[in-house]
Amino acid sequence: MRNSLAAQLPATSAEAGGLGALSVLAAVIRRDLLLALRRKSEVLTSLFFFVIVVSLFPLGIGPEMALLRIIAPGVLWVAALLAAMLSLQRLFATDYADGTLEQMVLSPAPLGLLVMGKIVAHWLVTGLPLVLIAPLLGLQYDLAPQALGILMLSLLIGTPLLSLIGAIGAALTLGVRGGGVLLSLLTLPLYIPALIFGAGAVEADISGLGAVGHLSLLAALLALSVFFAPWATTASLRIALE
Amino acid sequence: MNNKIIHWFKFGSPQSFYPLAGKMLPWFVALAVILGIAGLWLGLFVAPTDATQGEGYRIIFIHVAASWMSMFLYAVMAFWAGIGLALNTRLSSMMASAIAPTGALMAFLSLWTGALWGKPMWGTWWVWDARLTSELILLFLYLGFIALQAAIDEPRRADKAGAILALVGVVNVPIIAFSVKWWNTLHQGASISMTKAPSMAVTMLWGMLLMALCLWMYSIAMTLMRVRAIILERERHSDWVKHAVE
Repeated sequence: MRNSLAAQLPATSAEAGGLGALSVLAAVIRRDLLLALRRKSEVLTSLFFFVIVVSLFPLGIGPEMALLRIIAPGVLWVAALLAAMLSLQRLFATDYADGTLEQMVLSPAPLGLLVMGKIVAHWLVTGLPLVLIAPLLGLQYDLAPQALGILMLSLLIGTPLLSLIGAIGAALTLGVRGGGVLLSLLTLPLYIPALIFGAGAVEADISGLGAVGHLSLLAALLALSVFFAPWATTASLRIALE
Repeated sequence: MNNKIIHWFKFGSPQSFYPLAGKMLPWFVALAVILGIAGLWLGLFVAPTDATQGEGYRIIFIHVAASWMSMFLYAVMAFWAGIGLALNTRLSSMMASAIAPTGALMAFLSLWTGALWGKPMWGTWWVWDARLTSELILLFLYLGFIALQAAIDEPRRADKAGAILALVGVVNVPIIAFSVKWWNTLHQGASISMTKAPSMAVTMLWGMLLMALCLWMYSIAMTLMRVRAIILERERHSDWVKHAVE
């Protein structure tokens, strides 16, 4: 299965030129999605983690709806951060272990493009399900319908940002002792702006200030990291494979 | 005539930097001690008692200097790490690793003295003020850098991975500082403002400047000391180290 990538990727640079960037991107995304679908438990684990963490907070704090309504945006966003971080380790680890990553580095297609494809696939597998299930969990916290919409929108813009920034950390900790704990130490501080603007958007909407400012800034961060994160990830991967 | 020109790049090699650092080290230690004594004397004995805050304000002489150094050192660390990554110079990367613990110490000192100051002034050890929170995150960034380098056994890979993390961090520090500031103003919980400082007496300002210079010299001295240890550790298989240690 893993070797099918070799068949899908162009063998020479001339072929790569003929194939075009988009088809390379599509090939990587399709391959990673296929791999994820054949091991569904891994995909579902991070989703259930998200659900369980969000459900734990009322048990720890108490069932008062007035309080839960206030903490809902923060709890949902922190849980999304943790769920994204848990799934990051698998982003490159299996490809690193079986040598696929080395083939990617050697392939004539630009590594940044391949990395981008892996990040997109990672988001589709771990980020998008969180966005889709978030309104259901928001209902448990008695959020208003409009706040639920803003919550979904902020997660829709924010979770790709988590995958992009997290990819840098995942590449840096590749094959390193105690990688999992280290990964959280590296990426969580970098997630703080996403948390502030993501949860802030929902809070601003609830308090009547309007969420547009927060969402715009979140989108600006996303645009910045779409440009820079694959580049930093590529550099980190090359160092890890040296 | 050409012989008189000092070839600065010569000191880019660990072998020739090691004795130079050894020669500079006592000077920076002496400067740090002298400036520290002068600054503390001005701050603790000469500077007048603050009208609103009493004697408790005197912690400012350590607190402000440590905060400045913690931020400045992160930039210096990222600079050396970036140079090491771009030019592949070993000494630059060693400098970056040598600066990190001192930077983390400064960030910790800044938080600790801030807590000690906050207790008598605001009645609480910690407020979620924008500056306090940014400083805490800066400490996390330092710890991440140190932890990443400690986890990688191969020195060159540790250097490069750390460099990328430091550069990503330096891009993120302004974004984090800005977002935390906005987050803080939006919530307006404690409404304590540290920016409305009363006009300072001249002696206070001098005390603060002297202490800042003292911590600067201290940081340089500690960095030189640590970089010498790193050089010896990494070059332990070379001949010159065997001679130098004898």
